[in-house]
Amino acid sequence: MRRTVRQRGTWFPPEKPGPPPGKARPMKAVVSVIGKDTVGIIAKVSAECARCGVNILDISQTVLQDYFTMIMITDIDGITVPFPDFVDAMARIGNANNLKILTMHEDIFNTMHKI
Amino acid sequence: MLDKFDILETLNMIREECLDVRTITLGISLYDCQSDDPRRLADNIYDKVMSRAHNLVKVGNDIEKMYGIPIINKRVSVTPAALLCGRMDRDGAVGIARALDRAAHELGINFIGGYSALVQKGASDGSRVLIESIPEALACTELVCSSVNVASTKAGINMDAVAEMGRVIRRTAELTADRGSIGCAKLVVFANAPEDNPFMAGAFHGLGEPETVINVGVSGPGVVASAIRRAGDCSLAEIAEIIKKTAFKITRVGQLVAREASNRLGVPFGIVDLSLAPTPAIGDSVAYILESMGLEQCGACGTTAALALLNDAVKKGGVMASSQVGGLSGAFIPVSEDAGMIAAARSGALRLEKLEAMTAVCSVGLDMIAIPGDTSAEVISGIIADEIAIGVVNTKTTAVRVIPAIGCKVGDTVNFGGLLGEAPVMPVNTLSPAKFIARGGRIPAPIHSLKN
Repeated sequence: MRRTVRQRGTWFPPEKPGPPPGKARPMKAVVSVIGKDTVGIIAKVSAECARCGVNILDISQTVLQDYFTMIMITDIDGITVPFPDFVDAMARIGNANNLKILTMHEDIFNTMHKI
Repeated sequence: MLDKFDILETLNMIREECLDVRTITLGISLYDCQSDDPRRLADNIYDKVMSRAHNLVKVGNDIEKMYGIPIINKRVSVTPAALLCGRMDRDGAVGIARALDRAAHELGINFIGGYSALVQKGASDGSRVLIESIPEALACTELVCSSVNVASTKAGINMDAVAEMGRVIRRTAELTADRGSIGCAKLVVFANAPEDNPFMAGAFHGLGEPETVINVGVSGPGVVASAIRRAGDCSLAEIAEIIKKTAFKITRVGQLVAREASNRLGVPFGIVDLSLAPTPAIGDSVAYILESMGLEQCGACGTTAALALLNDAVKKGGVMASSQVGGLSGAFIPVSEDAGMIAAARSGALRLEKLEAMTAVCSVGLDMIAIPGDTSAEVISGIIADEIAIGVVNTKTTAVRVIPAIGCKVGDTVNFGGLLGEAPVMPVNTLSPAKFIARGGRIPAPIHSLKN
């Protein structure tokens, strides 16, 4: 039932929330992957990128003492899902494969290291 | 192009060194909630807080996800409630606290601050009612934080308020005795309280602040300690440089988060508070920074000098990283919230007197210190008066948040849980200042307050 007069001391969220945030300034994102080396890590991660419309620009990867480390720079201009969903999807791949996958917008690196 | 080593450095700070943004605090003005009907006043306050902050937690979580940086707390600060209590009785004032608590729970925020009074020169009727109601308000709510400003460099020290706050702290401890006297962890007594402080328990939305405002508090003691450790044997001047550079980077993250939160919430950006705020987590400790400079343990001779260096370097590094700096801005030394401080207090290396000296050179005061449950109100007032005097004379903010742990004696530990941590009960000088405190009146402002 639609309320016309709002009762004091009770509060309902606005009926029409604004557009969801997260795609306001799409640019680049950094995907970092750390964990024990197994076959097909890059394949799984890049397949998910492709599914989400995320273009891979650069991959830097090493294996040190069985430990897999990868930093992937991606273009998220053409991303087809909200960015937070992409972050979650990546984290899920990480959990499923015993890896730690962090996806971060490039701005955090730019602001921290560039004046 | 992004540099690989920069990326690795940032990742390392977040993963290994506990870098986080401590809090996004949304300040909300409650001036327009005024009413002389207690019920209506409480409803107005609830409505206002809900309507302005309904998106805060979601926006905080979204930003956290976008940048991969943990944002530990989302908080709200409101206009000092004493300003709305002019026609209230004690129940009316407690009603405000309940309304704030209800809103905070519904919003899913961590704390709501502003159950506050400013009485540095004297107490209005509203302030008097509010201060009287603090013990009950803190006992019947969970997330409400309270603060009372009892002195300023301009006005001097209101010793009547200092005496009253000793009694209020004791009463609050007694009313929450079944929960480790936790009410006192949400109550802070200030000198020179900043109006844009995003940190609890002292946050309130100052009188000259806009309708709503976003203030952000950064953290990152672990990052600073690791950087000093990596530097190895170097001079203190070099350590100061390292701290400056690290503080710059930490603060830049705070600035980024503040801007983003301000954009997404459509609320003006206020300040970034350049603070090294510890947590009880191992590695996230200000005491460890001091120890990494070369002290055997925090509390050793040299601790105050090391803290002075740290505090100054944090400000110098941070001030260029943010367009607007404010709040408390400096190193925090809350005993119960800092693994290194807890260890030092437990081993007897760190005592109340040393902590008092340390507060003369850092940003807050005697913070989160558990004292024996039988400490008298007069002694608590004496502790407050000493600490507040340091702030008034040095034209800086100082504060007292002590917890008389009812039923506990020196050596016991009180556990508050979460960010508030656990506090070993510290010994207090029990000689009585009762006659001094009972004199009341106002200690005049120091001569250097006359700057005009």
